[in-house]
Amino acid sequence: MSSALIFTTILIIVIFTITLVIAMYSTYGERKVAAFLQDRIGPNRAGPFGILQPMADGVKMFMKEEIIPDMSNKWLFILGPCIAMTTALMTSAVIPWGNSLSIGGESYSLQVTDVNIGILYIFGVVSIGVYGIMIGGWASNNKYSLMGALRASSQMISYEVAMGLAIIALVMMTGTLSVKEIAAQQSGGNWNVIYQPLGFIIFLVCAFAECNRTPFDLPECETELVGGYHTEYSSMKLGFYLFAEYINMFISSAVISTLYFGGYNMPFIARFISDPNLLTLLGTAFLFAKILFFIFFFMWIRWTIPRFRYDQLMNLGWKGLIPLSIANIFITALIMWLTGKVS
Amino acid sequence: MKTTFDSPISQEGKQYSTLNLGPTHPATHGIFQNVLTMDGEIIVHAEPTIGYIHRAFEKLAEHKPFYQITPITDRLNYCSSPINNMGWHMTVEKLIGAELPKRVEYMRVIVMELARIADHIICNSVIGVDTGAMTGFLYVFQWREFIYEIYEELCGARLTTNVGRIGGFERDFSETAWRKIDHLLKELPKGLKEFEQLLVRNRIFMDRTINCGPISADRALQYSFSGPNLRAAGVDYDVRVMNPYSGYQDFDFEIPLGTNGDTYDRFMVRQEEMWQSLSIIRQAVGKLGKLEDKSTFHADIPSFYLPPKEDVYNNMEALIYHFKIVMGETDVPKGEVYHCVEGGNGELGFYLISDGGRQPFRLHFRRPCYIYYQAYPEMIQGAFLSDAVLTMSSMNVIAGELDA
Repeated sequence: MSSALIFTTILIIVIFTITLVIAMYSTYGERKVAAFLQDRIGPNRAGPFGILQPMADGVKMFMKEEIIPDMSNKWLFILGPCIAMTTALMTSAVIPWGNSLSIGGESYSLQVTDVNIGILYIFGVVSIGVYGIMIGGWASNNKYSLMGALRASSQMISYEVAMGLAIIALVMMTGTLSVKEIAAQQSGGNWNVIYQPLGFIIFLVCAFAECNRTPFDLPECETELVGGYHTEYSSMKLGFYLFAEYINMFISSAVISTLYFGGYNMPFIARFISDPNLLTLLGTAFLFAKILFFIFFFMWIRWTIPRFRYDQLMNLGWKGLIPLSIANIFITALIMWLTGKVS
Repeated sequence: MKTTFDSPISQEGKQYSTLNLGPTHPATHGIFQNVLTMDGEIIVHAEPTIGYIHRAFEKLAEHKPFYQITPITDRLNYCSSPINNMGWHMTVEKLIGAELPKRVEYMRVIVMELARIADHIICNSVIGVDTGAMTGFLYVFQWREFIYEIYEELCGARLTTNVGRIGGFERDFSETAWRKIDHLLKELPKGLKEFEQLLVRNRIFMDRTINCGPISADRALQYSFSGPNLRAAGVDYDVRVMNPYSGYQDFDFEIPLGTNGDTYDRFMVRQEEMWQSLSIIRQAVGKLGKLEDKSTFHADIPSFYLPPKEDVYNNMEALIYHFKIVMGETDVPKGEVYHCVEGGNGELGFYLISDGGRQPFRLHFRRPCYIYYQAYPEMIQGAFLSDAVLTMSSMNVIAGELDA
């Protein structure tokens, strides 16, 4: 087996673990952030500062009785959370977690695979995620679940359009679909957000909708739909749905950081540190700092503002974001044409 | 997969779905059912069902002496039970023709306005929760908690207070209670302002609540609405002003009015009422300070107000009165009275017929929630499911009061 393959395998395992750990601690983080914003203490019983809380939650999820409703479609009922979880985990494959490490004279990239259509891959996988919710909601044979699933699918499909259009402007500017390339182009503080502020805002709003986070958490708003698409779920199947949401949040933050905020690139640091491996690792840490900030941002929004109504959500998507993102494409094209970047 | 429901079909041949909102649904905040006929997310028809926690209070009251009915009133609108208690005491006092000292009246005003603030805090913050903004709820809930601590200081209980007696209070307000009331008057405005900053001009909140579950002033009057829900529709009816009781005529306060009768107006009316209540409490504390009398806490009606235990043991007259009250031997005039107070969410009336016996011959509670709930199907027809949930919480329909 070649050393590259071994390295990739290790990398996959490491990324997988990190994703799961971050998602796990996001649940703890969410509760602590909520407590902070709401003037409370938050979980503090399990371990010092409650840091063992996610483990306790996980154990609890596994120990709970697993209930599959009689009238449900059992096969699809089990398939739903599996799809949600799998697709949530798949996206991390194309995200460049750092520059390359050189070990023993050979250079290894900190990206599992550099697909030349990385962005399309992300979109494709995220779109499959909708099926997890739709299938789960439909298979439960519960009207609240069904309504949650309907809301989720229409919301995600609508917002994917605007998200895709926002990305098109970015792709026009960078001229590539490879995520690694986009990250590399932003070295030296040359972040895309400076050139694409409108695109970034549209992307951010759509990311909230894609993750089903407040103010777009209609598919699971507890006051109307009980639990939304996961009303009938219990035990770890429910855990999978909840977990997938946090993984999606992590991946969204990673994508936002990579596409618009320079990814692993650190401005000005390269002048002071000469060891390339140390630089790479610092870059990775810097990327994670940005990701954690965005996860915090997601939580901050959730605990601050109310949620939309279904029709208002659709209005915002179709009448607000899509025209804006189309305008963004035209503005980008015009500027590129005026500055002579395109012949 | 089998489908287990046969849904109604519209005139155009569209199949509607039936959705059971309740009896146990997180949005109903109590136990009542709504059978909704839905066209997708839009409500075509609503069929409300009540009676899930009917406890036969009116019948129960016919078998209890007057002073034992107070705990029953606690359980009507349990968000503002002191107002219910006071309303009941005043009804009996009206029947027996008791005159209350000014000091007791102002103390009652303080307790009732505290209860109004606590009630409106629940209602408004739950509107916030139902739109998805949990944080504001927790900001103001600590003040409701503080009001409950004041109740605890006054009567020992928090939720079902059973505060006061026929003819006054069971004891004077303690030093701690006064200190806590002062603290509340000083600190609550900050909490309320914080809450208002979160929601009042929030774009999403306004979009959600404006034009959500509106009712016109005419319709509201036809349904016999009262309280904040009627005032939100633009009718300036407040029992405290139209038919003053317990010395409300001595106070200077404003009645906030809405225009559309929608959820946002109801929210704003309640919000403003909290500020007015604070001002009333402030005035009452001031007036109490100016009164000569610093210690009376009950009227001089020995045949209805239990004497202190020490007197019962050492004083023959007190022993006789104690015996007469407990055994139900006091003479109650025959007759019928109606007394209403401005409850937490509307005109709370007590219609009492006495045949001279120790229990009421008939007692009827005019429960505002019961009236609001009748208008509910009309208000949510054609609205979204999310609007229905908001309309419900903004009308502050409390299951305990609805079902009695």
